Amino acid sequence: MRGMSAETLARWQFGVTTVYHFLFVPITLALSFLVAILQTIWVRTGQERFLKLTKFYGKLFLINFAMGVVTGIVQEFQFGMNWSEYSRFVGDIFGAPLALEALLAFFLESTFLGLWIFGWDRLNKKVHLATIWLAAIGTNISAIFILAANAWMQNPVGFRFNPETNRAELTNFADVMLNPVFLATFPHQITASWLVAGALMAGIAVWHLHRISRQTGARSNADLTGEHATNEKAFRFAAVLGAVSLLAGGVGVIASGDFQAKVMYEAQPMKMAAAEASFDDDADFSILTIGDLNQEEVFSIKIPGLLGFMATGEWGKPVPGINTLQEQYSVELRQQLESEYGPHVAAAIPDDYSPNLPISYWTYRIMMTLGFIAMAVAAVILFALRKGRLPVNRLWTPLMVVFPLMPLFGNSFGWIFTEMGRQPWLVFGVMPTAAGVSPGVSPGMVLFSLILFTLVYGILAVIEVGLLLLYIKKGLPEVEEPKVVTDDDEPLSFAY
Amino acid sequence: MELSTLWFILVAVLWIGYFVLEGFDFGVGMLVTFLGKKEDNRRVMINTIGPLWDGNEVWLLTAGGATFAAFPEWYATLFSGLYLPLFLVLLALIVRGVAFEYRHKRPGLSWKRGWDWCIFAGSLVPALVFGVGFANFVRGLPIESQEGRRWVMDTTVGNFFGLFLPYALIGGLLFVTLFLMHGGIFISLKTNGGIRETARNLAGKIGLVVLALMAVFMIWTAAVHGTGALTWVAAVIAIIAVALAWFANSKAREGWAFTATSLAILGMMVALFTSLFPYAIKALDPAHHMLASDAASSALTLKIMTIASLAALPVVLGYQAWSFWVFRKRISVKNLPVETPETSDAH
Repeated sequence: MRGMSAETLARWQFGVTTVYHFLFVPITLALSFLVAILQTIWVRTGQERFLKLTKFYGKLFLINFAMGVVTGIVQEFQFGMNWSEYSRFVGDIFGAPLALEALLAFFLESTFLGLWIFGWDRLNKKVHLATIWLAAIGTNISAIFILAANAWMQNPVGFRFNPETNRAELTNFADVMLNPVFLATFPHQITASWLVAGALMAGIAVWHLHRISRQTGARSNADLTGEHATNEKAFRFAAVLGAVSLLAGGVGVIASGDFQAKVMYEAQPMKMAAAEASFDDDADFSILTIGDLNQEEVFSIKIPGLLGFMATGEWGKPVPGINTLQEQYSVELRQQLESEYGPHVAAAIPDDYSPNLPISYWTYRIMMTLGFIAMAVAAVILFALRKGRLPVNRLWTPLMVVFPLMPLFGNSFGWIFTEMGRQPWLVFGVMPTAAGVSPGVSPGMVLFSLILFTLVYGILAVIEVGLLLLYIKKGLPEVEEPKVVTDDDEPLSFAY
Repeated sequence: MELSTLWFILVAVLWIGYFVLEGFDFGVGMLVTFLGKKEDNRRVMINTIGPLWDGNEVWLLTAGGATFAAFPEWYATLFSGLYLPLFLVLLALIVRGVAFEYRHKRPGLSWKRGWDWCIFAGSLVPALVFGVGFANFVRGLPIESQEGRRWVMDTTVGNFFGLFLPYALIGGLLFVTLFLMHGGIFISLKTNGGIRETARNLAGKIGLVVLALMAVFMIWTAAVHGTGALTWVAAVIAIIAVALAWFANSKAREGWAFTATSLAILGMMVALFTSLFPYAIKALDPAHHMLASDAASSALTLKIMTIASLAALPVVLGYQAWSFWVFRKRISVKNLPVETPETSDAH
């Protein structure tokens, strides 16, 4: 790592901690609602299997949530620690959503989740049910603010540069919260989360259904009796709920992704060009390219005209390539930045205005591929379970291990694409990434914290996955009908 | 009142809320290993804060977020300048949070003991760092101007060790012992059985140390760094509150004792923040002090934040208070659920 700048290391640290944090977030966003739905069905029907499912998936949700919470603290602090010039420059606009997120979302989710975890025998059924809904709503409010903040970095709106304070200042808060990039990203992220959580729920359920079929030799639920029949009934419900959530989320992801591509073309045409790795104006969408993306392609499969449709809604309309945009930026954008922000920012403006091409090109395709495959698997699950059938084939075991990871990693690749595609800008067209790093922080300090974060995160990942597997294998828990404890000496049904 | 002054007060309120609330769960976290010889007692202690600690921690996130939004210069200078101490706090809070959630999820004493040390270190380190930190905030930080930037902290090695002078060390020790006392009293307030007595006795012994440290730290703060009458009033309140807490604790009046330690934290923090005001950051060289009003965001941002906060804060306080009320009952070893095979050590 000798010779690595604080900027490079700080970017690595942001990448490592954020990608890691964002493995837990999409699960939390949608699994909270799925658990709330299960508990609602239990409260309304009184059938025990829904209480079992609530507790089973609730436990997995909590194991995941704990990691999301603790890694989230790092996110808020590292803007100031590693990116203090950025924080100084944009705090007036970017800070408000973060503060509001803590005030309006984090308090809600943490307080009501505490009430949900420990409240089974302190609150009556309906009030207790309300706590999980409020916690779920809290996590989703959190997404509003953090995505609005991120959207501003992609497409800065509602501000002006103040030469006296030498920073960007808010002029219109409504513009920030109604940023078209935010309006496209929010539904895309929320629906993608349903894909992720749906795959997790269905994947685990089908794995159990397959195990039941292997243990009993049953080919359909009619062959089952006793505990196997009860468990089958519960997991069948979860499998269908998960698969349907995934497919519904998938439809939403495609629709919002289409909208998002058009917004991206308007706001960040360079990102679109990089996603295609097309140097010249082009209207074709490439599915696959072999060869060095930075040079002439060797082999490429293309759908003529599709890119034009994705970007503009008009089939075959050419989309500007990297060379065109590079020429345009190096004249217009440079002049604008120099006159607005003075020599300090101008000195940091890069000569190359395009992001890393292989990363942009491939992450975009991997994201979509994983999403589409996951949707196909969900459809196969629904088909395999039709009319009481059980998943018999041995291939179900490895498939269900990989399946939940597909949309999860698809989500990560989507974010890597979005954030890497923003480069070389920290705030697109306003602040180059190099201008945002902390002046007083040495590369050694960043390297030190990067290594330790990676180490601790790695250890925690092993522990977390171990716990998840333990509880997944254990299957549905024994449950008792919860009741409000009135006797002071009576054992509680749940405690740490 | 200037909006930047109002936000200075709000940031102070968030920190006070944070230390009053997380203060007791830091204390409990440090005591788990030492007061709980038996696993049962450890579980009872952890369960007193189980439903509450995460909500308490959000006060820190809100304080951080509010500083970012309302005083970007303050946030940027402080967080980058105190890189290593904050990194330590982050690591501590990560292992601590995970430990609370994971320790009961597997059988085996070694699994649990490992997490107990994470809880201990994860509670001790932030308490110590924040104590040393706040003492340095009122004493002054090595701030200078560099390359057109008005405020940059000099993070060279010499300056880093300059953060550990006697005044700051007393601050660090005070935070740790005060939270131990606060947490001990909280345990005796929330439990029944032997652990209640043990925690109360310990709080009494630590209380005398806290009283001495609080007296020295507060008088030093008010006399050397303070800004007049308000600092003195808050400092005296903090000292008297510790004495009252000790007295109430010795009479087994746990509710009053807890109120008094909360008041002591409040008084101490008011003394510290009034010593800081009107500055957001004091520099060792007064030429580089950062006025809160200079560090503040634009009027529009502050206005939006003010409206949102004044609307949201009462609601937040309302439901957080409700959650404290829901979990108001004392717990004891008898309340622990019969261990399921997955959490029991019996195999």
